[in-house]
Amino acid sequence: MDTEMLTRDAYGKALIELGKNNENIIVLDSDLSLSTRTAWFGREFPDRFFNFGIAEANMVSAAAGLASCGKIVFASSFAMFATGRAYNQFRTVVAYPKLNVKLVASHGGLSVGEDGPTHQCIEDLAIMRVLPHTTVVVPADAIETEVAIRACVEHMGPLYMRLGRPAVPLIYGKGYAWRETPLNFRIGESVTLMDGEDVAIMATGLMVSKALTAADMLLKDGIKASVINVHTIKPLDERVITRAARESGAVVTAEEHTILGGLGSAIAEVLIESYPVPMIKVGINDSFCESGSPEKLLIKYGLTASNIVSATKKVVKRKK
Amino acid sequence: MTTKAGSGHPGGSLSAADIIAALYFHHMRYDPKNSKWEDRDRFVLSKGHACPSLYAALAKAGFFPEETLWTLRKLGSILDGHPDMTKTPGIDASTGNLGIGLSFGLGIALAGRLDRKKYRVYVMLGDGELNEGQVWEAAMAASHFKIDNLTAIVDNNGMQLDGFTRDIMSLEPLAEKWSAFGWHVLEIDGHNMKEILDALDAADKIKSKPPVIIAHTIKGKGVSFMENQVYYHGKPVSEESLERALTELSAENLR
Ligand SMILES: Cc1ncc(C[n+]2csc(CCOP(=O)(O)OP(=O)(O)O)c2C)c(N)n1
Repeated sequence: MDTEMLTRDAYGKALIELGKNNENIIVLDSDLSLSTRTAWFGREFPDRFFNFGIAEANMVSAAAGLASCGKIVFASSFAMFATGRAYNQFRTVVAYPKLNVKLVASHGGLSVGEDGPTHQCIEDLAIMRVLPHTTVVVPADAIETEVAIRACVEHMGPLYMRLGRPAVPLIYGKGYAWRETPLNFRIGESVTLMDGEDVAIMATGLMVSKALTAADMLLKDGIKASVINVHTIKPLDERVITRAARESGAVVTAEEHTILGGLGSAIAEVLIESYPVPMIKVGINDSFCESGSPEKLLIKYGLTASNIVSATKKVVKRKK
Repeated sequence: MTTKAGSGHPGGSLSAADIIAALYFHHMRYDPKNSKWEDRDRFVLSKGHACPSLYAALAKAGFFPEETLWTLRKLGSILDGHPDMTKTPGIDASTGNLGIGLSFGLGIALAGRLDRKKYRVYVMLGDGELNEGQVWEAAMAASHFKIDNLTAIVDNNGMQLDGFTRDIMSLEPLAEKWSAFGWHVLEIDGHNMKEILDALDAADKIKSKPPVIIAHTIKGKGVSFMENQVYYHGKPVSEESLERALTELSAENLR
């Protein structure tokens, strides 16, 4: 895990590859194409790229119109504007009629950093996953982003994907493998990265690499944790999540998101009905944050490997 | 400031700087010792990413010490990456998500009229920001409500984030658009201090309809290698080039 890469770079590259083989792919942006990397697609396929200017509601609504005519539409902006600015439009003309729009947002979460609380979208997973018909995906690294974008094209229907601003450590290696096992990415399925019978750590996005670090730290204290990469928040991999809860008897969730309504809440909703166990959610504690470097913010707001370690130790004590 | 912060938006800060200086040092009424003074004129920087210029003006005006400027965008600072009305003395609106400020200013103007206050509201918008439909909803509403205690100022630097506005989303004919929405339009060179001050005075005198000043400006104004460069929208000048940039800016001042 020594190299870091931008998930949005992977998005930009994947779009170009896909665009070569599929003329039906249309890409839209709203004056952030240099940041979201959709500009790369635009340079390659200018006829199939539309920059709507700073007008996210217009972009998402037009995406729906394009999709209604059979196009596969990728629409991008920052998470704050892609979801917040065009929520009613996405709900009404994308989610409800099940149109094939992939809303891929960069700059999600607290790690937006210096731009501050007006730009740190820490609630997107909550508001998008409550929409019926809508799939919600958060890749853990650049490799998974590339694979997930490819999977998007095969997937029919409304989808929201959150990417980040800063580079994140690569989890998957050459040949898309995790410790020799090839990455088998399917929307709606989680990936179990480590096995361990004492507790299950379920993480998404940039918290996956921190969960892996935490699991290594816990091993030194004799606690064996499994680590599950929940890249699809909706539909949730209920089977694997319930099994992990049953086998380990305790769960910690970790997300770069408010603890209200995101990954932790989604998992709690499942477990409360299938197999309730002691559980702790690591996330942002129902607050807006502030400007600062991503690293310092992640420390201040409790999103580090050591936060996962202490939550895990606490939850293990509560096991019966 | 942005070089020290390691991030930020210098291009759009420089295009707005002359107008902000005119407002704070020759036009608006405020009390730095009492930043919540009820009768103060309000300034809404709708293009919130240009806040380095506004923070500099607020510091010079005495709202907080100039040293504070060097904490921009750092954890624990009162100067966030975008304006925060709960944290920074002198900031009247939390902005940074484009398209909202004119509506917010409209609300302040309506309150001023209801409360029979003499204050005025100044809202600065980016030209790219005018892409947002909400700006035109606010424009329609302000003229419908016959607002005349608000002045909108468009920092018309011809650029937005991805490039030139004429390539990304064309705005012309811009003056005609505003007048069609019922506004009194003034067009000026946004780097000519006399023209700025005359326009601000003229706008104050317009009755029963809102005035807008379309200020023709240059993104990155005053630093030769930054002018009209997309790169400097959201990236600070490097440490190495900083001295050159500052020298050019101070030479400007002497003219
Ligand atoms: C609703 C919204 N969408 C996108 C952005 C990202 N963004 C920040 S600045 C900017 C370009 C602004 O252009 P303009 O208004 O012309 O400002 P200027 O060129 O004067 O800096 C964009 C797209 C934002 N802040 N808010």
